[in-house]
Amino acid sequence: MIRDNGLGGRLWRMAVWAVVVVFILNLLALIAVVVVDSFSTRWFGTWLPAGFTTHWYSDAWDEFQLTDILVATFEVVGAVVLISGLLGVTAAYAMARREFPGKRAAMLVFLMPLLVPPLTYGIPLATLLYRVGLGGTLAGVILANLVPAIPFVILVMIPFIEQIDPRIEAAARVFGASTTSLFLRILAPLLLPGVLAALLLVLVRTIAMFELTFLTSGPTSQTLVVALYYAVFASGVRAGQEVDVMAVVYMVTTLIWLLIALRFVSPTQIVSRAKQQST
Amino acid sequence: MTGTAFRLRLAARGVDGITLLVLPALLALVALFVYPFAFGLAVSLAPKAGRFYANYQTFFADPFLRETIWNTLKLALPTTLLTLLIAVPVAFRVRLMRRQRWLTTILLLPMTLGTVLVAQGLLTYLGPRGWFNRGLMLLHLTAHPIVLTNNYWGVFASLLLTGFPFTFLLTLSYVSGIDPALEHAAATLGGGARARFMRIFLPLLAPGLAVTFCLSFVQAFAVFPSAVLLGAPAGSTHVISIAAYQAAFERYDYSLGSAIAMIMGAVQLVIVVAVLASRSLFYRGPVGGTKG
Repeated sequence: MIRDNGLGGRLWRMAVWAVVVVFILNLLALIAVVVVDSFSTRWFGTWLPAGFTTHWYSDAWDEFQLTDILVATFEVVGAVVLISGLLGVTAAYAMARREFPGKRAAMLVFLMPLLVPPLTYGIPLATLLYRVGLGGTLAGVILANLVPAIPFVILVMIPFIEQIDPRIEAAARVFGASTTSLFLRILAPLLLPGVLAALLLVLVRTIAMFELTFLTSGPTSQTLVVALYYAVFASGVRAGQEVDVMAVVYMVTTLIWLLIALRFVSPTQIVSRAKQQST
Repeated sequence: MTGTAFRLRLAARGVDGITLLVLPALLALVALFVYPFAFGLAVSLAPKAGRFYANYQTFFADPFLRETIWNTLKLALPTTLLTLLIAVPVAFRVRLMRRQRWLTTILLLPMTLGTVLVAQGLLTYLGPRGWFNRGLMLLHLTAHPIVLTNNYWGVFASLLLTGFPFTFLLTLSYVSGIDPALEHAAATLGGGARARFMRIFLPLLAPGLAVTFCLSFVQAFAVFPSAVLLGAPAGSTHVISIAAYQAAFERYDYSLGSAIAMIMGAVQLVIVVAVLASRSLFYRGPVGGTKG
C-alpha cells in the first residue's frame, strides 16, 4: 500500500482516526447510559446511579406484556422474511436470467418502494387496509412490511444470481437434470449464502421498521419498536427505567441477528457484488 | 400446434416459464404499493370541501404546514452530507486495514439500536445533567450545560448516529471496489495523496456516492419518531412526516394526510432525480481495472 508519510499525511490520518474514536466513544456512552439506567434504582444528576437493581426487568416484562409483544414481533418478522424470501428470490432469478419486454417497468416497480419514504405510501396503504378490515391486525402489519422487504430481497439477490455462471445450469441440463433436481442440487446450494444474507438483513430491517407498523398495528399486533415508542410517548406514567429495559431488550434482539448475519457475509461483500454488476 | 408456436415466439422475446417467476412479486407490489399509491393520489384530490386541489392549496397557504418542507430539508440535507463527508475518509482508512471486521461491526452497531433507544439514550446522555454536558464542564469547555435535546440538535445527532452505518457500509464497498492498481499507477507517476484522490478516486466514486447520498437521504428525509421524541415537534422539528401523520390519524382528514404524503414523496423524488442526473456529469465506466 502507498503511504504518505509527510507531516500533512500523518496529521490527516490522525484527524480521521480522531473522528472515528469520537464517534465510537459517543456511541458506546449512549448505549451505556441506557443499559446503566435500566439497572439503576435512582439516577438523578450524578455520574452514576445511587444503586443497582434488576427488578425493572421483571416489572417491565409484566407491565408491558413483553412476552406478547415479542411473540407478535417474531410472528410479523418471520412471516415477512418467509414471504419476501419466496417472492423476492424467484423474481430476482427471473430478473437476472431473462430479458423480457417490460423489464424496465418491472424494475421501476421494484425500485420505487425503496426511494419513497415509508410514510408516503404507508398512509394510503393503512387507509386501504382499514377499509378492507385488515387494519390493526397482524395480517395487515405483515402486508405493509412486505412492501419494502420484497424489493430489498430482489435488489440484493439480482447481482448475486448474475455472478453464478449460467453454464453450470446448462451443463446440468445437458446431463439430463430435471427442473426439480436442477433447483435442489445446483441452484439451492449456490444461492444459499446470498439468500441467507438477504433474509437476515430483511429481518433486521423489519424489526426496526417503525413507520409502517406504527400506521397499521392495533393493540394486539404491536411489534417491539412500536410498543417502545408508545412507552416513551406516555413516559410520564411509567418509570423511565422500564422504558430503558425495553430498549435494551430491543437492542439485544436485533444485535443477535446482526451478529449472525455478519458471520455469514462480510457486510461490504453484498454491495460490492452489486457494484461489480452495475459497472 | 399453434400453442407451441406461440410459446416459441414468446420464448424468442424472453418470455417463458422462468420469466413468469417475476409475476408473484410484481403482483404483490402492484397490490401493496402501486395501487395504494394511486389510491392515495385519488384520495388527496378528493378533499372534504372545495375544489380538487383544495388540499394542496391548504398545504401551501398555511405557513405552519408549508414550513415543514423546509424543516425537513434543513434536517435531512446537512445530516446526509455530513455522514457522507465522514464516511469517505473513514472508508479510505478502513480499506487499508487488515482487521476490518471488528471496526465495521462496531460502526454498524447503531443499526441494531432502533430510533427509540437512540432517542432515549440521547435524551439522557446529551441532557443538561447527562454525561456529555458533565464531561464538557469537567474539561472546562463550557460553564453551563448546552441545550442539545428537545430541539433541532437532538434530532440532528440521532440522524447522524443512525444514518452513519448505512452510509459508511455503502461507501466502503464502493471504495474497496476500485482497483488499487489505478492508485499505484498514479503514485508511480508522481501523484500526491491529494491529486490521487481528486483525479483518480473522486471521479470514479462519484456515481457510487450519488447513489449512497440518495439512499441515505431517503432515510433521513423520512425522519419521524426521533423528530417527535428528541425534537420540538411543534416547532423547529415539525417535519413533513409529522404533519402528514397528524392530518391523517389525529384529525382523521385522510384526504389532507394523503396530499401531504404525496407532497413529501414529490419533494423527495425531485432531490433524488436531481442528484442522480448530476451523476451523468461524471465519468461512467469500469472501475475494476483493465481486464474487465
